[in-house]
Amino acid sequence: MSSRCNLRFLIPGLALLLGGVPSVLAVWPQPQQIRNSAERYSLSARAFLFKHADVSAVRSGCDVLDQAFTRYFTLIFPESGGGGTGDTGAALINTLLHCCVYMHSWNLILNISGLESLSQLVEQDDYGAYYINKTEIEDFPRFQFRGLLLDTSRHYLPLQAILKTLDAMAYSKLNVFHWHIVDDPSFPYQSRKYPDLSKKGAYHPFTHIYTQTDVRRVIEHARLRGIRVLAEFDSPGHTQSWGNGQPSLLTPCYRGDVPSGTYGPVNPILDSTYVFMANLLKEVTSVFPDSYIHLGGDEVDFSCWKSNPDIKAFMKKMGFGSDFTKLESFYMQNIVNISTMLNRSSVVWQDVFDYHEINRPRYVVEVWKWGCYLCEVRRVTKAGLKVILASPWYLDLPGPTHDWARYYNVRPLAFKGTEEQKKLVIGGEVCMWGEYVDATNLSPRLWPRACAAAERLWSDEVQTSSVDQAFPRLTDFRCRLLRRGIQAEPLYVGHCKNEYQGI
Amino acid sequence: MLLSIQLQREFGALLLAAVAACVAWEDGDVWDYDGHKLKDSDFLALWPLPQKVQSSAVSFQLSASRFQFTHAEGSSAGSDCSILQNAFRRYFDYIFGFTKKDRDQRRRNAAGSEVLELQVAITSPDAECDGFPSLTSDESYELSVDQPSAVLKAPKVWGALRGLETFSQLVYEDAYGARNINKTGVSDFPRFAHRGVLLDSSRHYLPLKVILANLEAMAMNKYNVFHWHISDDQSFPYVSRMFPDLSQKGSYHPYTHVYTPADVKMVIEFARMRGIRVIAEFDTPGHTQSWGFGQKDLLTPCYTGSSPSGTYGPVNPILNTTYDFMAGFFKEISTVFPDAYVHLGGDEVDFSCWKSNPDIQKFMDQQGFGKDYSKLESFYIQRLLDIVSSTDKGYMVWQEVFDNGVKLKMDTLIHVWKGNEAQYQAEMARVTGAGYRTLLSTPWYLNRISYGQDWRDAYKADPCNFTGTDAQKKLVIGGEACLWGEYVDASNLTPRLWPRASAVAERLWSDQGVRDISDAYVRLVQHRCRMVERGIPAEPLFTGYCRHEYSGV
Repeated sequence: MSSRCNLRFLIPGLALLLGGVPSVLAVWPQPQQIRNSAERYSLSARAFLFKHADVSAVRSGCDVLDQAFTRYFTLIFPESGGGGTGDTGAALINTLLHCCVYMHSWNLILNISGLESLSQLVEQDDYGAYYINKTEIEDFPRFQFRGLLLDTSRHYLPLQAILKTLDAMAYSKLNVFHWHIVDDPSFPYQSRKYPDLSKKGAYHPFTHIYTQTDVRRVIEHARLRGIRVLAEFDSPGHTQSWGNGQPSLLTPCYRGDVPSGTYGPVNPILDSTYVFMANLLKEVTSVFPDSYIHLGGDEVDFSCWKSNPDIKAFMKKMGFGSDFTKLESFYMQNIVNISTMLNRSSVVWQDVFDYHEINRPRYVVEVWKWGCYLCEVRRVTKAGLKVILASPWYLDLPGPTHDWARYYNVRPLAFKGTEEQKKLVIGGEVCMWGEYVDATNLSPRLWPRACAAAERLWSDEVQTSSVDQAFPRLTDFRCRLLRRGIQAEPLYVGHCKNEYQGI
Repeated sequence: MLLSIQLQREFGALLLAAVAACVAWEDGDVWDYDGHKLKDSDFLALWPLPQKVQSSAVSFQLSASRFQFTHAEGSSAGSDCSILQNAFRRYFDYIFGFTKKDRDQRRRNAAGSEVLELQVAITSPDAECDGFPSLTSDESYELSVDQPSAVLKAPKVWGALRGLETFSQLVYEDAYGARNINKTGVSDFPRFAHRGVLLDSSRHYLPLKVILANLEAMAMNKYNVFHWHISDDQSFPYVSRMFPDLSQKGSYHPYTHVYTPADVKMVIEFARMRGIRVIAEFDTPGHTQSWGFGQKDLLTPCYTGSSPSGTYGPVNPILNTTYDFMAGFFKEISTVFPDAYVHLGGDEVDFSCWKSNPDIQKFMDQQGFGKDYSKLESFYIQRLLDIVSSTDKGYMVWQEVFDNGVKLKMDTLIHVWKGNEAQYQAEMARVTGAGYRTLLSTPWYLNRISYGQDWRDAYKADPCNFTGTDAQKKLVIGGEACLWGEYVDASNLTPRLWPRASAVAERLWSDQGVRDISDAYVRLVQHRCRMVERGIPAEPLFTGYCRHEYSGV
């Protein structure tokens, strides 16, 4: 598979060698191979063009690239019309006239990543003139799955906050938006088939929901940035808010012989449950085009199931004894089957794997628990299943920014296992759970700490093993994020040329 | 996720309350988690809680097109009182901010059930409209809400400002979006006279806009002191008229990362309008690396062996030029900052550089200080205090100055910041035992963050919790929430400060007996939503929602 992106700057005419190497060559995350020289070319906002190279498989009319050109033009030249044109007094006689975008493969994502690297190479000199050093980059991601989870149930996140996060993800070359869209506290997804779910389960049925239009907008915004949207509809636990709009979905809990009026996880013994889940997931797969769907399956509290006499009767009938993990496995098996029938690969939290020891379906396991998470990665890969690693990247635990290094120092493949096992680790993701996070503090809590994980997931581990070397690059990248309007917090004392202008 | 579950259990009841609130839109009836039917007025969240509130279920409406703030007859303040006029405009916006033009004025407006005006009466002969707030300012007020007129009485404008904030917090939106207020009587005054927030503009430069927004948030929480830790090792952003090189060479950038005289004036006036004092801190002799760039020979040259190492230490305390400079500099500061107090710092002096310098050692011998460098520090501070006293300013110092036995005037304010709970309580006892007035910051270093609801620890701390006589307790003038800037700049300052600083605000304003943490939670959740509605990105306390989420992304 040719998943590489070459970035070469083609220079017409003579190149003039200038003394001195630029201060920081900050491309974040670090490309696999980068060769730069002191040779500098100036860039003029008036003359610079993006072009499709002759050998490119794509011509104009490819909206992902056409829109990316527009976006990156303004990122490269923030003060549009500014920039050096040769009359700044500097001896920059060579002008980079265009960047040929060369499509090696059909994979647009990588080429957008290339544009991102290009935009990060452009610097401004003391006179404000834009320049770029002669550079050759050969780049490809280490892991194919580089995710970021947002939780829109604990707190509702206005659409703007999600779109902004997608922008920042693209700057760090993260490529999967894991949308933990519903949970116990609220159900903001407005379903076409079951509108009562959000009508009765959202914090507010009109202001605190995601309409179909909103969801489409998120997916399209993500697509244009080479980002997949992985929707999670977590069940059978974490579903309190579903019960408001879907009567008899949840298990009635009992106190002695009588229902207590409270509800537990999804009721796994009713056919109606599976009809509902099949319908809902059918809708979800028609709305979210990604080939993966996240089915959750974490932290199921068995106490309510234990209290319910019908459940107990069912357990007996199925021969589960008093092992409720078998009941959960039974449920998850059915849900995974539904997803398979809908032609989707299922992703589940590690709990499902842990409970399920025989006849596991081929799901992808997301490892999230603390402790020896690499032991779990090893177990899962040994069973031949794919893994996404999240444990070391729970960014909702605040901590001052200087502990970004602990997200950087993660070694996702440092477990004993065969080459085949290592290949099963498809990537990782940072998680921003929403108990203490909403639009007021989301961005500074995510950035730049998520950038540390992004480099771990993209770059070569040997080349990026030094925290000390990463620090000045990340400091520089954080200022670039600010300049681009991303509310990224500081790593330590210091300043940026352009400080954050909001409050 | 594991943690979240535990917390949800712990706060299950509170969570249900929030869920109950969210069904309010549906039918107008709201039930609390014990099954009691709640009225709209139960969702009033006064913060900080006034000393005395009497409310009734009788409610009145307020109309955006008819409601007025007026100066009561006999008030010593009139329409030329800019503090009040500005406050009227501000609070009108807060109260009616989300309402569109009131077209249908008949709706639900039964005869007579409307508050048409809030009469503001300043009862003492001098309203202090043109003055600056001070440590002794009277911030008390009485508020009586009735129809057709509500009355706010206060001896001075400072109390009126606090009363206006309370009035605005009493107004609530009913299910139809109309503004309502219940018949209420409030009698209120602060428990402590000094209720401050420290911001650090040296570790990171804070754009003016951020400082002003936080002054706004401070007023919403009845804070009255902005402690401006303006310079430190990392940068010197204050533009001095007398010594312009200090910021020219010592700031992060001499034009974009400085506070010009006009900026400083704007901060002071913006704060005055909200009854907030601005106390500038120019910390010496330590924490002064950035001063050295623009003021030659001010810092002590450090030595390696017998030759200068090229690095510098604290302010050089043995040169006369140092004191000439300080005299000139603090003379300027005393005219620029009108407050009667200036904070002189004096914390964390590193003696190693002094120890390395042969001239300093010689001076130590001459003075008979032996090897005790805290005596040298005292020597410096003593002379600095004399200089500042000659400018007619009082001073605040960090606790080390007291700990090191520097002779201090009896009106010095000692700022306690070190140690664990037992240690700071012992320090408060020592300071007040020696007869000095003191204020507390140790439990309120809000730059320290942790997972979960750490506002509760801030809320539980009390400056009077130490062993001492009543006379000693009376010497406690208050406290300050500190947000040091190592990891904080404009990008994350506001959500890190609020609503955690609100917890401190209630501790410093409300009666000592206001300590019910679950009641505080219910009120604070709503107060934080109110701040969000008013444009302050105050972060959430826990899972839940605000009717109007923060939209400034």
